[in-house]
Amino acid sequence: MYRYDEFDAAFVADRAAEFRGQVARRLSGSLTEEEFRPLRLMNGVYLQLHAYMLRVAIPYGTLSGAQMRMLAHIAEKYDRGYGHFTTRQNIQFNWPKLKDVPDILDDLASVEMHAIQTSGNCIRNTTSDPFAGVAPDEVEDPRMTAELIRQWSSLHPEFTFLGRKFKIAVTGAEEDRAAIKVHDIGIQVLKNEAGQTGYRVLVGGGLGRTPMIGKVIRNWLPKADLLPYLEACLRVYNLNGRRDNKYKARIKILVHELGIDEYKRQVEEAFARLDGETIAPDAAEVARIESYFAPPAYEALADESVLFERMKREDAAFAAWVERNVHAHRTPGYAVATISLKPVGGAPGDATAEQMRAMAEIAERHSMDELRVTHEQNVVLPNIRKDELYAVWRKLAAQGLDAANKGLVTDIIACPGLDYCNLATARSIPVAQMIAERFKDPALQQKIGPLSIKISGCINACGHHHVGHIGILGLDKAGVESYQITLGGDATETAAIGERTGPGFSFEDVTDAIETLVATYLDRRLAGETFLQCYRRIGMAEFKETLYAAA
Amino acid sequence: MPLRDDAGPLDDRWTRVEPGEDLAERSLLGFTDADERGPSLAGIDPARLGLHVANDVQPDALVPWFDKISLISIDFPSFADGRGFSIARALRQRGYTGRLRARGPVIADQYAYLRACGFDEVETPEAVSNRQPEAQWAEISAVERLRYQRGYPGARNILDARREARG
Repeated sequence: MYRYDEFDAAFVADRAAEFRGQVARRLSGSLTEEEFRPLRLMNGVYLQLHAYMLRVAIPYGTLSGAQMRMLAHIAEKYDRGYGHFTTRQNIQFNWPKLKDVPDILDDLASVEMHAIQTSGNCIRNTTSDPFAGVAPDEVEDPRMTAELIRQWSSLHPEFTFLGRKFKIAVTGAEEDRAAIKVHDIGIQVLKNEAGQTGYRVLVGGGLGRTPMIGKVIRNWLPKADLLPYLEACLRVYNLNGRRDNKYKARIKILVHELGIDEYKRQVEEAFARLDGETIAPDAAEVARIESYFAPPAYEALADESVLFERMKREDAAFAAWVERNVHAHRTPGYAVATISLKPVGGAPGDATAEQMRAMAEIAERHSMDELRVTHEQNVVLPNIRKDELYAVWRKLAAQGLDAANKGLVTDIIACPGLDYCNLATARSIPVAQMIAERFKDPALQQKIGPLSIKISGCINACGHHHVGHIGILGLDKAGVESYQITLGGDATETAAIGERTGPGFSFEDVTDAIETLVATYLDRRLAGETFLQCYRRIGMAEFKETLYAAA
Repeated sequence: MPLRDDAGPLDDRWTRVEPGEDLAERSLLGFTDADERGPSLAGIDPARLGLHVANDVQPDALVPWFDKISLISIDFPSFADGRGFSIARALRQRGYTGRLRARGPVIADQYAYLRACGFDEVETPEAVSNRQPEAQWAEISAVERLRYQRGYPGARNILDARREARG
């Protein structure tokens, strides 16, 4: 894991002190609310429906036990005893008081954390693959690149007042677990024919009101050119992106209106003009960052664990959890486990302070002091000895953290929706809870297989509904909640934007509608075919027919 | 409108000259106006000419003016509209060495960023200056800053500091 040196620590402490001053100047009237707004957003402070919300950055989703403990402390001391893990690998606290925020930032700084650029029209927290560093299919740990970008993008003098927010995601594997095609810039670490490591760069992806899949701007970018190239991409966007309409201000609209070829021409021209040497980090700095991501000291173990195999045979519930939530690790004898934050009846992504402490303790004891937050609002234990998986599962079960539903119909992504957010036009968490309740039978979930349902409570799409196999968008139709359904969305390397089925459904009827779609799939699927594969084969028509048959 | 730079408040020695008006001792002309005056500006001491540009200007369009002027004033219609940062940076990269001014309701919290992108001075409306008095600008500007980005002047660069520490 990356550790702050004296400069990182001083930088974050300075920023916390600066924000303390800004809060004081807001309270004295020296800053107007309009002026204060972008400053507080840049520090992760949102004004929500009921209160301020603080969004804390978890860079590329990686956390230590001590950091998770601090989040638990903050949840208890300044909030109502819980936190909400987001689709951007961050955590949100929904009830802090503005006057407490500077103290919270100091607490965060004490464990090398911050809330810098988790909101606002700036470069947001860089996200990555939750299996970074442990995935068998990885070319290189993408967090080295993400950390370089984190540092470069922090309080960038030129790019802190952009036309709109700007999100960058990095993956180091062919299987895309970081959704790079739906980010403003997506970066894939890869090897060329000569065996060198470099990047493929995509630009102009995004969800929101106008969902778009990112387009390739460079199939090959040498590693050393990364930061200068990003600087050129951002400069062309900052100079030419639309400012007349906030809904057309994301880079995806600029790329769409100019065309990828013209945007690329302008970027390459700006890039050629830059003196890359003066922007890029020197080799020793890159090596310094890389050294933090060297693999931890794994023990030499047999890949098969007798205890693990025996407990799977003896305990069916454990076996079911392993089947869904445990993934291959690149090191023999180790495994990766997903802690689902989607228990039936819970709010997706929520964890109590007690659960956070339990996860911290498990990470320290059993996962080499590391945790990851996923864009699916779950938490990953990346480094568990197979021998210890059963003990880990027992500890998780004691905290209600053992839902065996990773990737299944009840592993639902949902934004906070009308319960918290003042942009929302409909409830989303209650919809997620109703659907999870309907499909709670574990045997039924297993039978349905991989199915991602994503729910947004407004058109801004924080619940990523466009890329759910089934997407649900809650709208307000003349004062009544109406839920539009999309099918066939996909956030991975085969990314696609879901297609609308037709008219929306009421809050009362949306669960039935989902059940009808699932029944249609079960009826029509070929052996071994997932929902998404089935949809891609048979198309919208049959789903639509059964969905609206009763209407 | 009040003007300041690193040294504090500054008298504005420039006169905004509107289209059709005669030139002053030091004339700040709108970009279109300057273009239209064209040849009549030939031979004038660059120290007496400046341009005020909107923030949708293409930096390349200003390059032919670099040796004819000594001030470029870039408009900030709102402090949240950050195009001016990139324009300034692009002008410096294209070799502009004269003075750069940010004109508009920018706030003290942005001063370090403006300086880093190549601005020398800021001209803010009275309303901003009244709420953010000179002492506040001075105090915020005096904060020692650390910065990750290389190639921007004005703050201690973290990457370079690390290199020094490595020896």
